[in-house]
Amino acid sequence: MKVLWVRYQLLNHLLLILGVAFLALPLWMVFASSTHDPATIIRDGMQLGLSDQFFETYLGVLTEKKGFTQQVTASMMMLNSMILGVGFAVGKIIVSMTAAYAIVYFRFPLGTLLFWIIFTTLLLPLEVRIIPSYKVVADLGMLNSYSGLIIPLIASATGTFYFRQFFRSVPDELLEAAKLDGAGAWKFFIDILMPLSRTMMAALFIIMFVVGWNQYLWPLLMTTDESYSTIVLGIKSVMQTIDGNRLPEYNRGFALAILALVPPVLIVILFQRWFIKGLLESDK
Amino acid sequence: MKRVTFSHSPIPYLFVLPQIAIIAVFFLWPSFEAIQLSFYLEDPWGLSNEFVWFENYQTIFEDPEYVGTLIATLIFSLSVTFLSLGLAMLLAVQVDGLLRGGGTYRPLITWAYAIAPAVAGLVARFLFSPQIGPIYDLLNPDGEPPWFEPALDSIDAWVVITSGAVWRQVSVNFIFLLAGLQSIPRSVLEASRIDNPSGFSRFWSVTFPLLAPTLFFLMVINFSYAFFETFAIIDTVFPFGPPAGAASLVYKVYVDGFKGADLGGSSAQSVVLMLFVLALTVVQFRYLEKKIHY
Amino acid sequence: MTTLTLNSLQKTYANGTHAVRGIDLEILDGELTVFVGPSGCGKSTLLRMIAGLEEITSGDLMLDGSRINDVEPAHRDVAMVFQNYALYPHMTVRRNMSYALQNRKVPKAEIDRRVVEAARMLQLDELLERKPAQLSGGQRQRVAMGRAIVREPKLFLFDEPLSNLDAQLRAQMRVDIRKLQRQLRVTSIFVTHDQIEAMTVGDRLAVLNNGELEQIGTPMEVYSKPASEFVASFIGSPRINLVSGEVKAGSLHVDGFELPGFSQISDQPVKVGIRPEDFVLESTAKMSLQIDLVEELGSDELLYCVSPTGLDYRIRRPGGSGHKVGENITVSVISEKLHLFSSQSGKRLN
Repeated sequence: MKVLWVRYQLLNHLLLILGVAFLALPLWMVFASSTHDPATIIRDGMQLGLSDQFFETYLGVLTEKKGFTQQVTASMMMLNSMILGVGFAVGKIIVSMTAAYAIVYFRFPLGTLLFWIIFTTLLLPLEVRIIPSYKVVADLGMLNSYSGLIIPLIASATGTFYFRQFFRSVPDELLEAAKLDGAGAWKFFIDILMPLSRTMMAALFIIMFVVGWNQYLWPLLMTTDESYSTIVLGIKSVMQTIDGNRLPEYNRGFALAILALVPPVLIVILFQRWFIKGLLESDK
Repeated sequence: MKRVTFSHSPIPYLFVLPQIAIIAVFFLWPSFEAIQLSFYLEDPWGLSNEFVWFENYQTIFEDPEYVGTLIATLIFSLSVTFLSLGLAMLLAVQVDGLLRGGGTYRPLITWAYAIAPAVAGLVARFLFSPQIGPIYDLLNPDGEPPWFEPALDSIDAWVVITSGAVWRQVSVNFIFLLAGLQSIPRSVLEASRIDNPSGFSRFWSVTFPLLAPTLFFLMVINFSYAFFETFAIIDTVFPFGPPAGAASLVYKVYVDGFKGADLGGSSAQSVVLMLFVLALTVVQFRYLEKKIHY
Repeated sequence: MTTLTLNSLQKTYANGTHAVRGIDLEILDGELTVFVGPSGCGKSTLLRMIAGLEEITSGDLMLDGSRINDVEPAHRDVAMVFQNYALYPHMTVRRNMSYALQNRKVPKAEIDRRVVEAARMLQLDELLERKPAQLSGGQRQRVAMGRAIVREPKLFLFDEPLSNLDAQLRAQMRVDIRKLQRQLRVTSIFVTHDQIEAMTVGDRLAVLNNGELEQIGTPMEVYSKPASEFVASFIGSPRINLVSGEVKAGSLHVDGFELPGFSQISDQPVKVGIRPEDFVLESTAKMSLQIDLVEELGSDELLYCVSPTGLDYRIRRPGGSGHKVGENITVSVISEKLHLFSSQSGKRLN
C-alpha cells in the first residue's frame, strides 16, 4: 500500500511536469529561436537550444526603427505599453474606488439608477461595441492619443464591483466610530477606507496592468500613428513586414514577442500572492 | 447597502461622476449608436442613410457566411471551454493531491495568465507554420503530401486558433479550480476516505459536485472569452486574414465594419453579439441566485 | 469480538515534532475507551492513526490480530464521527448515511433497512430528505453518528464529537452516545479534552500527555489512584490540591506537619495531592486554615483557604454549609487519602 501511495505521488509529479512543460516549452522555443540568426531558423525550423545572437538581436530590436513607417523601435513600443498598462490600472483604480464608495456609503437620489447603469456595463465587453466606440473616439478627436487609448477601456464596471464587494465587508462599526470622532465623508475615505484598501488596490493594479498591457483590438483600431503602437501590437505589424521580405527576420519577431511577454509575466510572478487574491476576489 | 451611511453630502455625486461620465460617453453612446446604425443602410458613397427596419438583420441571417461564422464560433467556444477546463482540472487535481511541493508548481502554472492572447496567437502561428513550425513538421512528415494546412483549410485553421486559445486559458482556469479544490473542507474528504476505498469514485461523488459552482462560473467565463475576446489570436495567427470559414463573429464585425465599411451590417452583427452576451449574463445571474448553498 | 492492540506506536512529523511517543495500549471488545488529555497531547493524532488518516511512523497497529498499519482507511472497517461532523454538503441525510454502504456494494434493500433503523434510533426519520445546511448542530451530529452506525463496523471512532455543541446539548448527547454504544456493543474510542466528559462516557480512560500514555484504567481507578501528578491534576474537578513536601526516614513532612507511616518510600522530595473532598472538619484537628473565598454552587460549597505557612487549599463542603470569608477552620486528612508523587518524575509513590 505504501508502494501504491508513492507511485501515485510520482504520477502526480509526472503529470504536473508535463503540464508545466506544455505551458513553458512553446515560449522557450520562441526565446531560443530568437537567439539564432534567421538563416538557421529558416533552414532548420524553430530551435530548442540557445545560440549567440541574443545581444545583437535584442539590442537591434530595441534600438532600430522598423515597422511600416520605419519610425518605431521596440523600446518606444514598450514605453507605450507601459503607459497604457500603468495608466489603465491607475485610472481604473481611482475611478472604480470612488464610484464604489459613492454607491456603498451614501443614500442619494439617482443612487440606485446609477448603480444599475454601472451594472449594465458588465454585460457588454468592448469587442461587442467596437465600431461605434471607435467612431465616438474619432469624433472626439482622441484617436492616436494616450487618453483615447486608456479612457474608453475604463468604462467597464469590474473594478467598481470589486471595490463595492470589499467595502461591503468593512464593518459598520468603523464608520460609526469615525462619525463619533468627527470625520466627514471625505476624511473617512482618505484616512480610514483607503489605507484599509491597500491590499485590494495592489491586487487590482496587478491584474489591470496585465489586462492593459495585453490589449490588442482597441489599440489596433485607434492608433494609426505607429508611434503610439504598443509592443503587443508591434508584434503583428513587424511580423507583417517581416513576412514580406525575402529573408524573414524571424529572430526579431520572436524577440519582440519575448519583450512583450516579460514585463507582465515578471509582475505576475513577483506579486503572485496579491495577483491571485485579486483575481479570486474580483470574480465572485 | 450599508446600515450606516453618510447623508447630505455632495461627495457621492462627485465621486461617482468620473465612472458615470466615462460610461456615458464611451459605453452608452456607442451602444446606442450601434443599435441605431443597425437599422440603417448606407449607400456605397456614404452620402445618405436609409432607414430599413430589420433588413440588415435579415440580410445577415440569410447570409450563409454569417451563419457559418456563427456556428463555427459556437463550436470553437465550446471546444476551448471544455479543453482548457479539462486540462486545468487535471493539473489542479494533481497539485491539490500533492503532500509536498504543491507550492512549487503553483507559480509555475499561474504565470501563464500574463501571456497576451496576441502572443499566444503568435506562438501558435509559428509552431504550426509551414516554414518553420515543429508541430507542422510533426503532422506532415517529409516525403508525404501534407494533410494539415491551416492556411488553406478552415478546420485546420481552427485547430491552430483553438490550440492558442486553450494554451493561454489553462492557467486562468487552473487558478480558480485550485482555489475551489482547496476550499473543500478537509474533514469531508477524510470522511470520504473512510467511506469509499476508490479514489476515482471519491473524486466523482464528493469532490466534483462540491466543485460545481466554480466549474459553472468558469464555463461561462471561458465561453465568453472564446466567443468575444479571441480576436487577437485570430489576427496574429492570420495577419492577412484567416481562410474562409475560420473567422469568429467578432472578427467578422471588425472586417465588415472597419475594412468593409458596411456599418449597417456590422452594427447589426454587433447587436446580435450584445444579445448573446445578455443571454449569457442572465443565465449566470439566474444560476447564482439559486446557487447551491451549503 | 474486536480487539485493537497498539504496540509502541509512534508518530513523528517531517519537521521533527513527536506527536505520539511509543504508546502501548489494548482496547477491549465492546468497551468504550476514552482518550483524554490537554490540547496537543496526541490523542487526536492517535485516533487518526487508528483510522488510517495519519501515517504511523513506527510500531504496530493490530486489529483482531492482523497488522493494519498500511491498510486503506476504507478497508479497516472503522467508522468515524468527526468534530465538525464532515457531512457531505451536497447529499441528503439519507444519501450521507448510505454512501459508505453503496461503495461496498451492499444490496439496496439492506441499505434501506439499516438507514431506516438508524434514523429511528437517532430520531432522524423526519429529516432523511434534507441537506446538512438545513439542519441544526445537534441534528447534524446525529446524522454523523447515523452514518457511523449503519456501517456496522468493528470500531467506532469519535473525534471530540461534542465540542461544537452548547453545554446543555452536550450533556444530553453524552448520555445518548453512551446508551447507544451499550446497546450496540461496538468497540469504541472516544477522544475528548474535557475530563468530565471522559469520566462520564468511558468504560476506561487513557490519559495522554505530550504524546505519552500516563495511565489507563476505569474512571474510578484513574480518579482514586492517579498514576502520576499529571493525571491527578488533570482528572477531578475542582482540581486536586498539590503541596510540596519531603519524605525523610519514613515520615512525610508537609506544610509544617510530620506524618509517620511512610517507611516504604525512600527519602526524597515529594508532591502531596489531596482531593478537595478528602478534608475532614474537626475541632480537634491540628491544621488551621483561613477562608479567603467562598463559592456557593448549590450542591457544593467550595472554600478557598490559606494555611499559616501561606499555602493555598481548595476544600469541598456540602452546599449551604454557611462558611464565611475570614473564618478559621481546622481540618485533617486521613493518611490513606493522600497521594504522593515524586517531585522529580511525577510518578505515584504510594
